[in-house]
Amino acid sequence: MSPSKLLRSTCAAFLCTLFLAGLFAGGVTHYSYATQFREAPNASPSTAHVFGTDGLGRDLFARVLYGTRVSLVLAPAAALLSTIIAGVFGSFAGFMGGWFETLILATADLSMALPLLFVLLALRALLPLNIDPIVSVVVTFILLGLLGWPASLRVVCAASQNLRNSDFLLLARATGCPRRRIILRHVLPNLRPVLLAQFWISIPLYVLTEATLSMLGLGVMEPLPSWGNLLRGLEDFSVVHANPWRALPLVLLVVVVISFQLILPAQEEIA
Amino acid sequence: MITRSLWGLLLFAFAVLSPAAQAQSGGELHFCLHGEPKTFNPVLVDDEAAEQIRYLTGGVLIRLNRQTQAVEPGLAASWEISHDRRTIAFHLRKGLRFSDGTPFTSEDAAYTIKLMMDPQTHSPTGDAFRSGEGTVDVKTPSPEVVIITFPAAIAGLDQLFDQVAVMSAHSPKKEMAVLGPFFVAEYKAGSYVLLQKNPNYWKHDAQGNSLPYLDSIRMDIQRNREIELVRFRKGELQLINRLDAEQFERLRQNDPGVARNAGTGLDAEELWFNQVPSAPLPEYKKAWFRNTEFRRAISAAINRDDLCRIVYSGYAKPAYGPVSPANHFWFNSALEKPTYDPKNALALLTRAGFRYEKEMLKDAAGNRVEFNLVTNSGNASREKMAVMIQQDLSQLGIKVNVVTLDFPSLIERMTRTFDYDSCLLGLVNTDLDPDSQMTVWLSSGENHQWNPNQKTPGTAWEAEIDKLMREQASAPADKERKAKFDRVQQIVAEQAPFIYLINKDVLVAVSSSVVGTAPVVLSPQAFWNAETLRLTSGTALGAQK
Repeated sequence: MSPSKLLRSTCAAFLCTLFLAGLFAGGVTHYSYATQFREAPNASPSTAHVFGTDGLGRDLFARVLYGTRVSLVLAPAAALLSTIIAGVFGSFAGFMGGWFETLILATADLSMALPLLFVLLALRALLPLNIDPIVSVVVTFILLGLLGWPASLRVVCAASQNLRNSDFLLLARATGCPRRRIILRHVLPNLRPVLLAQFWISIPLYVLTEATLSMLGLGVMEPLPSWGNLLRGLEDFSVVHANPWRALPLVLLVVVVISFQLILPAQEEIA
Repeated sequence: MITRSLWGLLLFAFAVLSPAAQAQSGGELHFCLHGEPKTFNPVLVDDEAAEQIRYLTGGVLIRLNRQTQAVEPGLAASWEISHDRRTIAFHLRKGLRFSDGTPFTSEDAAYTIKLMMDPQTHSPTGDAFRSGEGTVDVKTPSPEVVIITFPAAIAGLDQLFDQVAVMSAHSPKKEMAVLGPFFVAEYKAGSYVLLQKNPNYWKHDAQGNSLPYLDSIRMDIQRNREIELVRFRKGELQLINRLDAEQFERLRQNDPGVARNAGTGLDAEELWFNQVPSAPLPEYKKAWFRNTEFRRAISAAINRDDLCRIVYSGYAKPAYGPVSPANHFWFNSALEKPTYDPKNALALLTRAGFRYEKEMLKDAAGNRVEFNLVTNSGNASREKMAVMIQQDLSQLGIKVNVVTLDFPSLIERMTRTFDYDSCLLGLVNTDLDPDSQMTVWLSSGENHQWNPNQKTPGTAWEAEIDKLMREQASAPADKERKAKFDRVQQIVAEQAPFIYLINKDVLVAVSSSVVGTAPVVLSPQAFWNAETLRLTSGTALGAQK
């Protein structure tokens, strides 16, 4: 096995392990993510608390695991949503061309020009206050998925435009192949590598966006953990300086984002 | 004999080498303003930065001593207040001059008062003096006497003049001619404000030396508190006027001598339930929030000691009520210290018809007790407190949904839509006198947060508070006012419309190169006595440059 393939396999195995650990967090740790051990805030790692505790005395290992569940389950879901939207509209726009393409691209440009943060702020303000933290996190990621399609759409549209002018599509049209069949059997399968790339790129992007939103107090609601609100505890560098183990969520986020980036070429090669 | 001589020599060496002895006049003090001053006009001041500049540059007729919390003569050598608290007569000091040399007379005091009370000026300082309909009458029978008559009685009238920096009626420099220890010499927007010693300042020390000792004060405009702390540690700044608990603890660990705790401050953090009758909440929730026993139970179920210890690293004290113990005169020392007692909380709830079953608290109709607690996003301490309250109340089977909102959305809900269950916010107290809290305590007040702008008081106890607050405002003697405001504090403690949580300590940083500091809880905490501050010789010679 070549070193690059070994690296990719390692990354994939790491992501799978993390994903499963997050999914079955209740079986991995007996601590709740919300219980505050107030006599031990900012405790260093020990046998009782493997990763130590946060500023309110909550077990950091439990919070990282449950936060992983939130971030690694919902970020791919949001990425899938935005990729589907981008795939459907981008491929049609690129293939059809003309006024339809202009309209779709103009809509994408308009969406990209919207200040995402303020849109999310406004939407959050419109939501009812008495919603469960789980609902809040799902809503947050749905919003991210619904608002994150324009960048992917432009890439898919450009790829679709290239296909529109390709020889094999010219041949398909010349043989009288109907437009629906051309899109479903020729265009979309050929867009697969682009769509997969967009999907994989979007996952770390959404993880980071949720982290940013949580940093602003707009993401996942307490006491439910996410990588974002775990990173909030690191706003003050003195906390990290005094309790270096508190930086573990940050290390994890960096490793996960790198892992996603490293396994991405493999997807392209497969496609 | 030899031993005695040696001791004498040692004492002499100590006296010579001690910072106080090394301190000398002159030099430039550096610290930061945390925002851009919006004005240098003292009657228009409405922000913290401008207020700090006004404090350092403005001459006032009466000064509130930040340490003793008592009023002292300023530009007025003496004054008399009429029995009806409408008229105040000032006897001014003679021979004083503004920083540009213009003589100070009663005309200047009259000019300032008239300008401040002119509705066209829109003076925030003047608002405190607007006691009733009608105009303010200002008379100047002589250059040393000014008599001011307000249309209605004003409580704490003398203290209010601490905010009134006298402006010159005749100086071509207008508001830039001042009577305080310093004047504004240079201002670069977004960068710094440079104050220089006022050569005509009227005060002298006990030895007859002219004050202030410092030649100048440079205030860099710096919003980022972390950068401010780094600069302080590098020796570029000599003061930090307010630190948060985490910064203070960090500084204390590295350099215990410079981190100074002035004690419990005036500011409080509090929680309240929405009791607005028209709020878009279910009727059963409104009934909970209007129930005194429910509110008292919530208060008893919150562990304030833990809030102080964990959120504020021990640099806060559990709050008793609306007035902090730091407010020496107005604090009601008879109030009971709030105690964490979940059993009592559950007993109160049971008495109010709630029942605890299957780890859930339900009301008499079987509705689960669940409410949202909103606070502003971006305030880490407040968010931590909300999460701790969430856990405390979960022990009673109460489900609390913590929601952080951006400030405009929060204000919209608090003041217009009333679409929230409970709110956690802080109350900033800058004034000692309870009269400044009229809009909070009067049921018709817009800051009567649990149920603002009422046409008539919704409850008997709110009606009693209204009556007491109006009576204290017009009572002739402070003792009588205090008795009435003590009763207000007692009612608030019993009814718990605001559940007071903590009073934060006032934390400052003062470099060892500054001599004469005595941090206090009133603003400006670290440099209230700027006129008597000195720098040690190395610093005074400009080492900081």
